[in-house]
Amino acid sequence: MNMLELKGVSVLYGSDVQALYNVNLEVKAGQWLAIMGPSGSGKTTMMNIIGCMAKPTSGSVILDGQDTSKGSEADLTAVRRDKIGLIFQQFHLVSYLTALENVMLAQYYHSMVGEAEAFAALERVGLGARVHHLPSQLSGGEQQRVCIARALINYPKLILADEPTGNLDETNEDLVMDIFKHLHSTGSTLVVVTHSPEVASYADRMAVLEHGRVVEVTDPPPFEHKGSRRRRSIYG
Amino acid sequence: MFFRALFAALMRRNRSLAMLALTMALGVSLATAMLNVMFDMGDKINQELKAYGANLTVMPKTSSILADLYNAGDTKANQYLPYDDVFRVKEIFWAHNIVDFAPFLDTNITIGSEDVPLIGTWFARHIDLPTGDSVDAGIVGLKSWWSVSGRLPDDNNSEVALGKRLANKLDLNIGAQLGDLLIVGIIDSGDSDSDKAFAPIEIVGKLTNNVGRISYISVSALTTPENELSRRAATDPRSLTTTEWDTWYCTAYISAIAYQLEEVLPQARVKQVMQVSQSEGAILSKIQLLMLLLTILSLLCSVLGISNLVTANVLERSTELALLKALGANDFQVSMAVFVEVLSATFAGGLVGYGLGLIFAQIVGQSVFGMWTEPKLVVIPLVVAMTLVVTLFGSLPASKMILKLHPAEVLHGR
Repeated sequence: MNMLELKGVSVLYGSDVQALYNVNLEVKAGQWLAIMGPSGSGKTTMMNIIGCMAKPTSGSVILDGQDTSKGSEADLTAVRRDKIGLIFQQFHLVSYLTALENVMLAQYYHSMVGEAEAFAALERVGLGARVHHLPSQLSGGEQQRVCIARALINYPKLILADEPTGNLDETNEDLVMDIFKHLHSTGSTLVVVTHSPEVASYADRMAVLEHGRVVEVTDPPPFEHKGSRRRRSIYG
Repeated sequence: MFFRALFAALMRRNRSLAMLALTMALGVSLATAMLNVMFDMGDKINQELKAYGANLTVMPKTSSILADLYNAGDTKANQYLPYDDVFRVKEIFWAHNIVDFAPFLDTNITIGSEDVPLIGTWFARHIDLPTGDSVDAGIVGLKSWWSVSGRLPDDNNSEVALGKRLANKLDLNIGAQLGDLLIVGIIDSGDSDSDKAFAPIEIVGKLTNNVGRISYISVSALTTPENELSRRAATDPRSLTTTEWDTWYCTAYISAIAYQLEEVLPQARVKQVMQVSQSEGAILSKIQLLMLLLTILSLLCSVLGISNLVTANVLERSTELALLKALGANDFQVSMAVFVEVLSATFAGGLVGYGLGLIFAQIVGQSVFGMWTEPKLVVIPLVVAMTLVVTLFGSLPASKMILKLHPAEVLHGR
């Protein structure tokens, strides 16, 4: 069963900038898809379209059986809230809220706030001892893990990550990839936009974008993973 | 979570919120001071203007008709009110608005070849009323602009004060006798009172065989500025509808007070000294308008200040607000989060501003009127409403910006 399906998706900015051109793509439930491509290839635009933060100029986007390309702003907001967990390269945590409160914020806009559940989500990403710290008191890797805990707290159908390790050192990159692998093993559907061949290598499939077109959908090339051998996984 | 986030924002983003609070505090302090002075100054201005004399004259009906017929303005027509009528002045609904009054007995005595106008009155009399209240009344308060050399007569002694021109004419000075009366003071009034002699009313009554008689009563009352309703009522109270009549009767218009005095003194006619009351109304209205304009101006400045600060706040936090939208918050939820945060800061500022405004009101009251300004309760709900309205209007431009925030544009630069 397809969790995500893009059919003939095109995005035109203004009258002459074609960010995506007739993109067709399928992601099955439980699959991990990496989207790769050089700068300006349309990766961010594709992430915005998949993440319901923008609508295509033409074509359709089917997420969990719902066509999001025809929805209103309110419909897209509801889909983001109910079905998507967003992970950003820049983390985007609310600076005056603690790690715990940042996770609870996503709960608040989704449904019910449960402090114990938010605490457990942070423990699952190895931050049980840092829940009451502000983002400024956390390292980049820790902030990214708070961002992941926030994305996962509402049990989204699709986890959408934009360069999740782009601002992290090797050790923190390993920690984050550990979490992604664990999510994948538990059946989560992941779409990860990345520049990194190492990050892409963990995926089931890889879509390569060039000039707004999907030029290749293939198995990721093999990669020698060094980082994960250096440290112990937070999942044991 | 909403209040937890709000509390966190108030505690941890206190610098920018403090600026909002300060802006509101300044606006509200000025508005509070102006409103308190404006509401309190009606009485203050009235009291100031009372220094220029009585605004009502109670006279016998017959004297009044003669005065009207011959346009004499002179109440001497050998018609009198009974002395006890003077105490009934304080029996009306607006008794507390009557701040001073005094009876007058106009007589003439002959000194040598000169016919001397001798006026019997109260100078500074303490009166215990049948109602249980007590009051100080007399021309000391009614004619406060008099310049007196020596002193005014004691109400219980056979003493007299002469008008300056009369004293010069008779070539009499302090310590001399005017008939049986000891001259204790010379009055420079600047008007026709300088041609008269003033003595205690009981003494004058005995001297002229007019014991228990009053020519007229001068009354100084605190009044509400006249308007169309009061002018119509003054012409003919019966022309008013029941509701209008109730409103007029229960408002301290000079015409309503005059009407009520005539109710308790059926044999008297009450005349308004219109120049004074009309001046009061005009001056009061203009000063109150000025205060109101200052209040509105200060609030407009606050709206502009708040608007700039909230807009800057939203610009600074655009990533955070776009993130809330990305997490699933709708426009209303994001706007409310910002608005309640801003409102909390402005209400805190409003509270401080109210306190400061009360202090400013005292400074204005002392420096302009030489009196303390009584804080008016009605200002509190007005300040709350002003804070709410200023915050609402000040937040409007920022709210439009929030509506235009798109997560994709802010978070991913698209």
